[in-house]
Amino acid sequence: MSNWKLICKLEDIPQLGSRVVHWPERGKVAVFRSSDDEVFAMHDKCPHKGGPLSQGIVHGKRVTCPLHGWNIGLDDGKAVAPDVGGCKTFEVKVENGEVFMAA
Amino acid sequence: MSKPRLVLIGNGMAGVRTVEELLKIKPDHYDITIFGAEPHPNYNRILLSPVLAGEMTISEIVLNELEWYKEKGIKLHTGKQIKTIDRAKRKVIAEDGTEEEYDRLLIATGSTPFMLPIPGNDLPGVIGYRDIKDTDEMIEAAKLHKHAVVIGGGLLGLEAANGLKLRGMDVTVVHLGPWLLERQLDEVAAKMLQKSLEDKGLKFLLQKQTEMLVQGESGRVAAVRFKDGMTIPADLVVMAAGIRPNYALAESSGIYCNRGIVVNDTMQTYDPKVYAVGECVTHRGIAYGLVAPLFEQAKVAANHLAGYGIGRYTGSVTSTKLKVTGIDLFSAGDYMGGEGTEEIVLNDPYGGVYKKLVIKDNKLVGGVMYGDTADGPWYFQLLKDGRDIHDIRDQLIFGQSLVGDVGHAGNSKAASMPDSAEVCGCNGITKGVIVQAIKAKGLFTLDEVKKHTKAASSCGSCAGLVEQILASTIGGAYTPAASDKKPVCGCTEQSHKAVREAILNQHLITKEAVFKALEWKTPNGCDKCRPAVNYYLISTWPHEAKDDPQSRFINERSHANIQKDGTYSVVPRMWGGLTTPNELRAIADAAEKYNVPTVKSPAASVSTCSVSRRKTCPASGLTSTRPAWSQAMPTASRFAP
Ligand SMILES: Cc1cc2nc3c(=O)[nH]c(=O)nc-3n(C[C@H](O)[C@H](O)[C@H](O)COP(=O)(O)OP(=O)(O)OC[C@H]3O[C@@H](n4cnc5c(N)ncnc54)[C@H](O)[C@@H]3O)c2cc1C
Ligand code: FES
Repeated sequence: MSNWKLICKLEDIPQLGSRVVHWPERGKVAVFRSSDDEVFAMHDKCPHKGGPLSQGIVHGKRVTCPLHGWNIGLDDGKAVAPDVGGCKTFEVKVENGEVFMAA
Repeated sequence: MSKPRLVLIGNGMAGVRTVEELLKIKPDHYDITIFGAEPHPNYNRILLSPVLAGEMTISEIVLNELEWYKEKGIKLHTGKQIKTIDRAKRKVIAEDGTEEEYDRLLIATGSTPFMLPIPGNDLPGVIGYRDIKDTDEMIEAAKLHKHAVVIGGGLLGLEAANGLKLRGMDVTVVHLGPWLLERQLDEVAAKMLQKSLEDKGLKFLLQKQTEMLVQGESGRVAAVRFKDGMTIPADLVVMAAGIRPNYALAESSGIYCNRGIVVNDTMQTYDPKVYAVGECVTHRGIAYGLVAPLFEQAKVAANHLAGYGIGRYTGSVTSTKLKVTGIDLFSAGDYMGGEGTEEIVLNDPYGGVYKKLVIKDNKLVGGVMYGDTADGPWYFQLLKDGRDIHDIRDQLIFGQSLVGDVGHAGNSKAASMPDSAEVCGCNGITKGVIVQAIKAKGLFTLDEVKKHTKAASSCGSCAGLVEQILASTIGGAYTPAASDKKPVCGCTEQSHKAVREAILNQHLITKEAVFKALEWKTPNGCDKCRPAVNYYLISTWPHEAKDDPQSRFINERSHANIQKDGTYSVVPRMWGGLTTPNELRAIADAAEKYNVPTVKSPAASVSTCSVSRRKTCPASGLTSTRPAWSQAMPTASRFAP
């Protein structure tokens, strides 16, 4: 089974906001929290030109990159058409108000 | 009275574009018939690469659905190859005997992959890369086989190799030249490109000459053998060593050809009733293999077919981009330089950025960019305009934003582009045309702009820029009166005005209340409406509504401008460039505190700093950072005297 690592408390991530985890082997991983408290994680690197997705605006299950406005699906890491490309996603879960990421 | 008849041979990108241009300027002039050898409606050949890479599907790349042909009254014969042009009787005859008479004939038969004349080039498993059939075959091969060899390290070869690699094959690119893309790149940029493709798992054999393809026991190709005796396994060989214009049909009917159908500046062949466009053509001795020039040809041909006789095609300077996701590469014009030219080079191998501009007589004549191609279209525009650059020469290499000193994020870039600047290189659409269409037709989404102008509808790499133009034309929170009735965005039917009024009249003070009262279609809006709603809330009810940082663009949240590499620049206010020693010290202290690597002080004072506050989670030992805006960022106002 997956080995889960504790990252932070759910309340540490603002709703419709994010937090960046510095994971040595993965680089920067952005962790997002949606308005209904779902949590998602992916590389903090826009598939377009590497913009920091953690600084984008989160809406529904998407984040809009702050650099050129690509929309990236939070659940699949895929750029929303007509843009193409994708971002590596990581498994995360919330238990008792704490956020864990799969190692 | 019956209409004159126009027959098009070749249902591809250049031919159909000509018909579209024609219908735009003279809709009912001809009875139109189109023959296409492929069993498909016109599709975007360029996007076969993302299809192979698994990023798009065939249905997404169709440009003209069958309904379009019906709607325009065009008789379409798919899957029918024309075998004969009878110019005396003015008719064309297809393989299956179908005949069609014409008053004007348009030939747009494109080109075919060049298959190296080596033993084994006709074995099963050896293909070119040109159409849907080839793409399907590669996708199938990737499911069953392991080793792929791509012959040719040009744009097409690299895109094929990338796609096959993404489909799980072990891919080797064989290239005769000394470096990859030698027709687009100089050696330095090519080496950087090769390195990053190697990081993606591709293998390269440069300066290798293929001797033969070896057949395996199954009858399929099994190996590639080189002149130096080396042999590598291959279950799939893709030849991407160049293309050959399809002019045999025209030549056999007696139309003058010379390595292509020869046309004049009106795209007319030596037979005045016959026009030709696209890759099958040579114009002033040049055959083009990219869509942008072909679409320019299409425009001219359409005008002459319509009988207006305006416009001449005088040739094109081309620019190219490699469509491999994650790799940014741009080259244009004379990128190698030589006699009488000067070069400006910026080389940052560590940061993965290389830019070279070639200048001749104070004009930009070419350039190569790797890693950071944002300014590509701007350089390309300077190049095409032949603008004298001696006044901006010292800053030219740093790009438009520095030269123009216009802000930092992308937004200001779209806003500051002149109307004549080209936005969509594939389709030759300028900013002016896009802005005009947005205003005149009330366009609101990227899709609408695509539909109406064709911008961003080919390779799509300018989609971001088009969106910025949309944003700067119709505004986020700052909507011009003209679009008063238009919805704010796809999340609602309400206009900006209606939202503002509702906030005021119904005393709404949170975004949730706004979304509820106005029946928003999405739970929490999007990047267009949330900032607007937040802005209206705090400006309408400044003491009651709470600012929502999650609804602000990062530049506003942090009072700093995000840069391409994700760091921020902060501009301390110094009125008229004057400051006191104390204030200067305060800036230095702040810069030191936040580890600002450099502080620049040209006309405007800009300092770049990347701020991150780390906090270590005791349980996992992982470090995580709160987004910059929730930390104490040095802000412009802190420095304000
Ligand atoms: C994988 C790939 C990626 C590419 N990427 C880019 C890119 O990024 N940027 C760029 O600018 N260009 C790119 N190109 C090149 C671009 O697609 C071509 O320049 C363009 O499609 C040429 O248009 P055309 O109309 O001349 O030919 P085509 O689009 O090939 O159309 C010709 C059509 O005529 C048909 N035909 C031929 N002979 C007959 C006959 N006798 N009777 C009936 N029909 C006939 C053919 O079957 C074909 O459908 C790419 C090409 C490929 C293959
Ligand atoms: S880097 Fe994200 S949209 Fe360009």
